[in-house]
Amino acid sequence: MKALLYRLDVKGSPYLYIVPFFLLFAAFGIFPLAYTAWVSLHEWSLLSETHTFLGLQNYRELFADEYFWNALRNTAQIWVLSTVPQLLMALVLAHVLNQRLRAPTFWRMTAVLPNITSVAAVAIIFGQIFGKDYGLVNWLLETLGLGRIDWQAGTASSQIAISVMILWRWTGYNALIYLAAMQAVNKDLYDAASLDGASSFQQLTRITVPAIRPTIIFTVIVSTIGGMQVLAEPLLFGGGSMTGGSDRQFQTLSLYLYEVAFSRFDFGYASTAAWAMFGIIVIVAAINYFLTSRLRRSS
Amino acid sequence: MSAATSGARRRLLTIAGPLLATALVLGTAACGGSDDPAQPGGKVKLTIATFGEFGYKDLYKEYMAANPNVEIVERITKAEDHHKNLAAHLATNTGAADIEAIEEGWAGQFTANPGKFYNWNDYGAAEIKAQWPEWKWQQGSSAKGEVVGLGTDVGGMAMCYRRDLFEKAGLPTDREAVSKLWPTWEDYIATGVKFKNANIKGSAWMDGPTIMYRSVLGQQPVGIYDGDKVVVESNPGVKKAWDLSVDAINKGLSGKIAAWSADWNAGMAKGSFVTLACPSWMMAYIQSQAKESSGKWDIAAVPGGGGNWGGSFLTLPKQGKNVQEAAKLAKWLVAPEQQAKVFRALGNFPSTVSLYEDAVIKDFKNPFFNNAPVGQIFSNSVKTMVPQYMGPKSGDINTAIINGLTRVEQGKQKSDEAWTQSLKDVNALL
Repeated sequence: MKALLYRLDVKGSPYLYIVPFFLLFAAFGIFPLAYTAWVSLHEWSLLSETHTFLGLQNYRELFADEYFWNALRNTAQIWVLSTVPQLLMALVLAHVLNQRLRAPTFWRMTAVLPNITSVAAVAIIFGQIFGKDYGLVNWLLETLGLGRIDWQAGTASSQIAISVMILWRWTGYNALIYLAAMQAVNKDLYDAASLDGASSFQQLTRITVPAIRPTIIFTVIVSTIGGMQVLAEPLLFGGGSMTGGSDRQFQTLSLYLYEVAFSRFDFGYASTAAWAMFGIIVIVAAINYFLTSRLRRSS
Repeated sequence: MSAATSGARRRLLTIAGPLLATALVLGTAACGGSDDPAQPGGKVKLTIATFGEFGYKDLYKEYMAANPNVEIVERITKAEDHHKNLAAHLATNTGAADIEAIEEGWAGQFTANPGKFYNWNDYGAAEIKAQWPEWKWQQGSSAKGEVVGLGTDVGGMAMCYRRDLFEKAGLPTDREAVSKLWPTWEDYIATGVKFKNANIKGSAWMDGPTIMYRSVLGQQPVGIYDGDKVVVESNPGVKKAWDLSVDAINKGLSGKIAAWSADWNAGMAKGSFVTLACPSWMMAYIQSQAKESSGKWDIAAVPGGGGNWGGSFLTLPKQGKNVQEAAKLAKWLVAPEQQAKVFRALGNFPSTVSLYEDAVIKDFKNPFFNNAPVGQIFSNSVKTMVPQYMGPKSGDINTAIINGLTRVEQGKQKSDEAWTQSLKDVNALL
């Protein structure tokens, strides 16, 4: 009896410990995912009681839908515009925070402050900063004699404005992740490099970056997933308009999904778009994995 | 107790611990929030969900003082979100308030699903029906005659203008004379060209195409819908609203400021645009955004005659458990006396016909708008208007069309190209 209990404990209890997570994941992860797949095969209006089975017709329509591709292109552009400068700036910021500073905790806390600000507040304030007539950026441009920009109207200008919001929110967060990794790097390497006359920048590129490569890969993957799901910034930048500008110039994939679901109430088509998004994220993650595993082998 | 048993017990606990945690998680998941129906003799809690500014706060206090058994909880959301949420709450059969307000532009999608609401006819609506103009009653009813919503306010229509900047441009400032400048929208555009030629820096004739388009459309006998059918493509009324707006844009009268944006709000105070078509609820909006410009704005008649834009209804979703008490409260809120109180406090114009002849409304002048006799202006506008049927998807269809006008304004497309794309977007909504 005692032996049986012991065996049960050793073999069984680990599963019991992880059960709560998997139960929650099944309820709020797997089930919605499967149910969405089921809905995506139907003509499913939120307001109507009857749902007709369509098979794969929603998918065929989606792949022929130019607004879907437009949203995908916008998402990719905004992702590049925000992620590349974001990670570079985070790296530099982390490098600076890694130096001997007075009140280090204060600076680190400050770096993460933008991230805990509500995204809605950020989007509204940046929307005003990028206002056409009374915005801060245009005021600056005009003072410099460069003329005003109608930030919302242009494709590039609107996507830059949205990328700046994302940049502002996530740079400090990534910097802290880099900082944590940097502190694990052996200090002797830096001392030796200093003795050899290496500059701070050389130390960053030659010692720090190779040493924290796994962390950099992690942040790239996390920001890829985050970048695919950008919703609040374009929604609020456009003043609550779900189309993301008059010509959908800054409509992201999530915003398009939101428009289909909550403007047209076409849940069938929205679920199709959701599954397409899921597929795209899987593909991007696979490419990421492939590239990073090659990087790891080469290093 | 021997060491061995205590060890076994500890192990049992390590197994029971996670089990217990799991049970707790499942337990909390199982018991969702359920609204208890009122206990007899207990306090009745009524939730009422509105958007924007209904002006009901003081009325709630008054009602609760008179009915100590009732507790009113209000929920206010932005208009667009409010209607999306309500649709979701109705679809999932949970989450709706006891009384839900709906706005004219969105009302169609709810009156098309009368089964989700209590029929006001079962709660004594017939006795007070005479209070409303026929068209307002129709807008709140389903095609088969179920009464989904009781009218609160109506929009009416007028034209707000900046006296100070009109004077600067050498235009008349007196509201009678200003009304004579623009019997039609073509005259309105012609006057705009005069204003533009006066070259007042930093001030455009109008904000952008949204408000003008909606106003012209609101005056047409047939709008987006003819019966159940969307007639955007074939209805000359919609094309007229489009063409007039494009004409104003092409003549450089637009300030290119999106309606309801931060620049728009700031522009009301700073005079970035000098005319703005004004339904009665817009008065409340201008007053709240441009507090400092009291006396600079005035109100004249709208070009093209009477019309309506906006106005709301109170509904009783079937999810509500205290329908008797909720109906009593809603009926009290839409009663003529309460509508008059809201009008005087905020400007939301009553939907009660009898009030239009009442001195309370007729003689009311709004000091913010240079003492304009707004009671008279809006009752004239509402009395001469042609009611228009708003179908279930009017709101989103208008957004697609206004996006097209904005593309023209932003110089991205010519009128024809933008119209074609908007029609395509409209068809995608159907």
